[in-house]
Amino acid sequence: MQRRDFLRQGGGAGAMAALVAAGWWPAMAGAAEWNRVAFEAKKFEDVLKALGGADAKASGDVVLVAPEIAENGAVVPLQISSRSPATDMLAVLVEKNPNMLAAVFEVPDGTVADFQTRVKMAQTSNVFVLARSGGRYLYAVKEIKVTLGGCGG
Amino acid sequence: MANPMKVRAVVDGDAVQVKALMSHVMETGRRTNDKGETIPAHFIQQVTVTHNGRVVLSAQWGTSVSANPFLSFRFRGGTKGETVKVTWVDSKGDSRTDEATIT
Repeated sequence: MQRRDFLRQGGGAGAMAALVAAGWWPAMAGAAEWNRVAFEAKKFEDVLKALGGADAKASGDVVLVAPEIAENGAVVPLQISSRSPATDMLAVLVEKNPNMLAAVFEVPDGTVADFQTRVKMAQTSNVFVLARSGGRYLYAVKEIKVTLGGCGG
Repeated sequence: MANPMKVRAVVDGDAVQVKALMSHVMETGRRTNDKGETIPAHFIQQVTVTHNGRVVLSAQWGTSVSANPFLSFRFRGGTKGETVKVTWVDSKGDSRTDEATIT
């Protein structure tokens, strides 16, 4: 390698580092890049894998509170929580939606692993709550019946 | 410019309860308009909540989150008078930050 080339490449890397340090580079702007692979996955196993897990165990420590029957699939209120200490991630998956994964919450120390949000459901479906605790993946599942779908056109 | 969101932060025991109601269409990219044309996907992808500059929640969302998303959670270590900031970034790169004083 010529010294000139080396300097050019080195300069490039330096400029990149400066961008990162200054917070200009998007990946460093506070949030991780949107996990496209996970959000486009069609199967539970594929979502799990995209979120870094190999296998998940059903666990009573993970809790989904939701209506048995959702009258309006466009707005289904959910409460998801994990009693497992050291839970650092909670995710919601709607099995029969075109893309299963609805939301992923990263849980820093000091934040309670207990969230309320609202999701769309295309039809009656199993809803999974997936938690990561101490590197293990745990889940709870519950069927929610939908009388009026929320993703129609 | 995105519409403002409603943010509330209230002391609840040893924690602060944060509630945010965002104003967003959350289009899935699967719906069609009257002319049969597909309405392009447009949805919030990232939500970050900070307290005194510390991230207390970072979330990634997909198209299954309802329009005008609602979020509620609790974090420890906040006291009255301090500020909680909520920021979202959507699939078109638009973003919005609103804040609330803890009461």
